[in-house]
Amino acid sequence: MNSVIEMIEGLGRSVLNTLARLGLAGRFFVAILMVIGVPLRRFSLLVRELYFSGVRSLLIIVVSGTFVGMVLAIQGYEVLQRFGSAETLGVLVALSLVRELGPVVTALLFAGRAGSAVTAEIGLMQATDQIAAMDMMAVNPIARIISPRFLASVVSMPLLACMFSAAGVFGAYLVGVKLIGIDDGSFWSQMQAGVDFRLDIVNGLIKSFVFGVAVGLIAVFEGYYAPPTAEGVSSATTRTVVTSSLAVLMLDFVLTVWMFRGLNG
Amino acid sequence: MSLPAACMDHEMSVVKSAPPHPDPLIEIKDVHFAYDERPILRGLTLNVRKGEVLAVMGGSGSGKTTLLGLIGGRILPNKGKILVDGQNVPKLDRAALYALRTRFGMLFQFGALFTDLSVYDNVAFPYREQTNLPESVIRDLVLLKLQAVGLRGAAGLMPSQLSGGMARRVALARAVALDPMLMLYDEPFTGLDPISTGIVGRLIRRLNDAFGLTSLVVTHDLDASLKIADRVIVLAEGQVYRDLTPDEVGTTSDAFVRQFADGLPDGPVPFHYPAPPLLDQLLGKTVAGPNGGVTP
Amino acid sequence: MKKSKFDLAVGLFVAAGILALVFLALKVGNLTGLETSEGYRVEARFDNIGGLKVRAPVKSAGVVVGRVDSITLDGQSYEAKAILRIDQNYKFSKDTIASILTSGLLGEQYVSLEAGGDSVYLGQGDRISKTQPAMILEKLISQFLFSKASETTGTSK
Repeated sequence: MNSVIEMIEGLGRSVLNTLARLGLAGRFFVAILMVIGVPLRRFSLLVRELYFSGVRSLLIIVVSGTFVGMVLAIQGYEVLQRFGSAETLGVLVALSLVRELGPVVTALLFAGRAGSAVTAEIGLMQATDQIAAMDMMAVNPIARIISPRFLASVVSMPLLACMFSAAGVFGAYLVGVKLIGIDDGSFWSQMQAGVDFRLDIVNGLIKSFVFGVAVGLIAVFEGYYAPPTAEGVSSATTRTVVTSSLAVLMLDFVLTVWMFRGLNG
Repeated sequence: MSLPAACMDHEMSVVKSAPPHPDPLIEIKDVHFAYDERPILRGLTLNVRKGEVLAVMGGSGSGKTTLLGLIGGRILPNKGKILVDGQNVPKLDRAALYALRTRFGMLFQFGALFTDLSVYDNVAFPYREQTNLPESVIRDLVLLKLQAVGLRGAAGLMPSQLSGGMARRVALARAVALDPMLMLYDEPFTGLDPISTGIVGRLIRRLNDAFGLTSLVVTHDLDASLKIADRVIVLAEGQVYRDLTPDEVGTTSDAFVRQFADGLPDGPVPFHYPAPPLLDQLLGKTVAGPNGGVTP
Repeated sequence: MKKSKFDLAVGLFVAAGILALVFLALKVGNLTGLETSEGYRVEARFDNIGGLKVRAPVKSAGVVVGRVDSITLDGQSYEAKAILRIDQNYKFSKDTIASILTSGLLGEQYVSLEAGGDSVYLGQGDRISKTQPAMILEKLISQFLFSKASETTGTSK
C-alpha cells in the first residue's frame, strides 16, 4: 500500500514540477520577446547566429530532403501504379512535402543539429560563469546571447523547410521521371494543378515558423537553466532534442487539424 | 586615469599604501540569507572602508561567495540592508542596478572570459558595450590595460590558448576596464602556481592603490591574502566571526582561526564526519547514522 | 557597422531559401495570375452537382477560366446553386451551357462552359440558365438496367 502512495506522490510531484518548469519557460519567453529588438538593431549578432544555426544546417537539410523525395517517389509510384494513377505522383510528392514532411522533418533535423548545439553552448557559458560575468558588467545576457539565437531559429526554419521541400521535389523528379519514366509534362502539370500556393505552401510556411519558435525557445531555455556541471549540460542537450521533437509533432497535429480539416468540404 | 603599468616592471615587493579612508563604501547591516531552507548568513554585519583590501575567509559553505552575490545584486537577502555607496542594492530596480554595476569590477573564479572572443575583444567588451568611444581610442585603452597585467603581447590569442594564470590576468584587465570604484574577487588564487599567485596578488594590491579602489577578496589562500590585505574577516556560522589585521592572524590564540591559519586537521572544524561509536559498528550492530541513513 | 565574416554565407543562405520558396510557388504550386486577379461572379443552378467541390476549376474547351466560389442548396427549389468566379479576360454569352464533367474516368469534377451564339454577354451577378447536371453513377446504372429490361420485354413480345 505504501509503495502505491509513494508512486502517486511521485507522479504528483513530477506533474507539479513540469508545470512549474512550463511556467518558468513562459516567463523566459516573455523576457526574450521584450528584448527582441536588440538582435534586430545589432544585426551582426543575428547574422552570426544565422550562420551557426542556419547555414551549418544546410547540408543535412538539403541532402535529407533529396533522399526523402526520392523515397517518396519510389513508394508513391509503387502504390499509385496499382490504380493506374502513376502520373499523379508529382502531386502526391509535392503535397506530402510542402504540407507535412518539409516543415516537420526540417524541424526535427534542426532540433538535433542546431538546437542541441545552442543548448550545449549556452549551458557551457553558464557553467563557466560567462553569463554571470556579462550580467555583472551590466550587459543583459538575455538580449546579447539568448535573443539572437532564438531569432535565428525562427528565421532559419521556414527557409530551411522550403529548401527541404524543393530538394525533395527535385529528388522525386530524378527518380520518377528520369529513372522510372513517368511523363515529364504530367509530373509537373498535375503538381501545379494540385498544389495551391495559399492553402498548401503558405500553411507549410506557417507551420515551420511555429516550429522555429518552439525549437528556438526550448533550445535556449534548456541551455540557460542547465545545471552548471558537465553532466547537467549533457542531459540538457538531450532534453532539448527530445522535448523539441515531441513539441514539433504535437504542434503539427494541432496545426494540421486546424489548417486542413476544411479542405474536403 | 594614471597607469600602474610602469611600476610592475621595476618593483617586485608589495608596499601597502597609507591607512585607508575611515568612510565605509559598503555597509552590510544584519543580512540574513537562506538557500532552500538552509540558512547561510544569519545577521551578518560588516563595513568595508574605501580604499582598503579586505580578505574574506571561512570554511566551505560559510557564505563567502554568497556575500559577493549579494553585494553585486545577483541574489537578494531574506532580510537586511546592503548599502553600496549609499544605495540599498536589494531595493534597486534593473536600470539602477545596471548603472551601479558599471562601477563594479568582478573577477570570477576561473576568469569567465568569453570563449568566442579573443583576448583583445574580451577586454574591449566593456568599452564597446558601455561607451560610445571610437575604435581607435578603445584600442589604446585595451592595450594599456593589457600592459598593466603584463599580457599586451597576448592580445591576439583566444582564451582556449591561455594558461589558467594568464586567463585570470586578462579577466582582471577586463574587470578594471571602466575604472570601477569597487573590485570583487572570487577565489582569485585557486589553481594557480606560486608565480602566478604572486603576480595576481601584487596586481590586486597595486591596482587597488594606483586607482584608489576598494577591493574585496574572497579566498582560501591565507598566505597570498595576508601579504596584500589590510584587514581579514573570518566568516563562520553565517556571521563575522573575527575581524583581524594580517599580523593579528599570526598571533591570535583563537582556536578556529588557529586551525585555519596553521592548517590543522582537527579542531573546531572536526576531522571525523559525524558517526556512531566505532566499537558499536565493529561489533556488528546495525545503527542509524546521525543524518538518517542506516549503516551496515 | 562592423563587417562580419559571416555576412556572405548568411546572405547566400537567405537568398537560397527565398529562391526555394519562389521555386515552390511557381513551379510546384500554381501561383499564377488567376488566383490574384478578381473576376466576375455568375450563378448557375444544377439538379445535381455530384462531386463538385468549392475551388474546382471552371473550364471552357479544356482551358481553366475560373473557379467555383461557393456551393449552396436553394431552400425553395431544392436545386444546387453554384457561384462561379470567371476571369475578367473571358466573356461568355448569355446562352452559355454549364455542365459538370469529370476529368478522366474517376478524377475530380469541374464545370465546363460551352458558349452559345447570343450577342449579349454574362456580367457580374447574372445567371446561367442552361445547365446540365453531373452524371451520377447509380442513376446511369439504373437507367442502363431499365433500358435493358425494356429491350428484352420488347423483343420477347
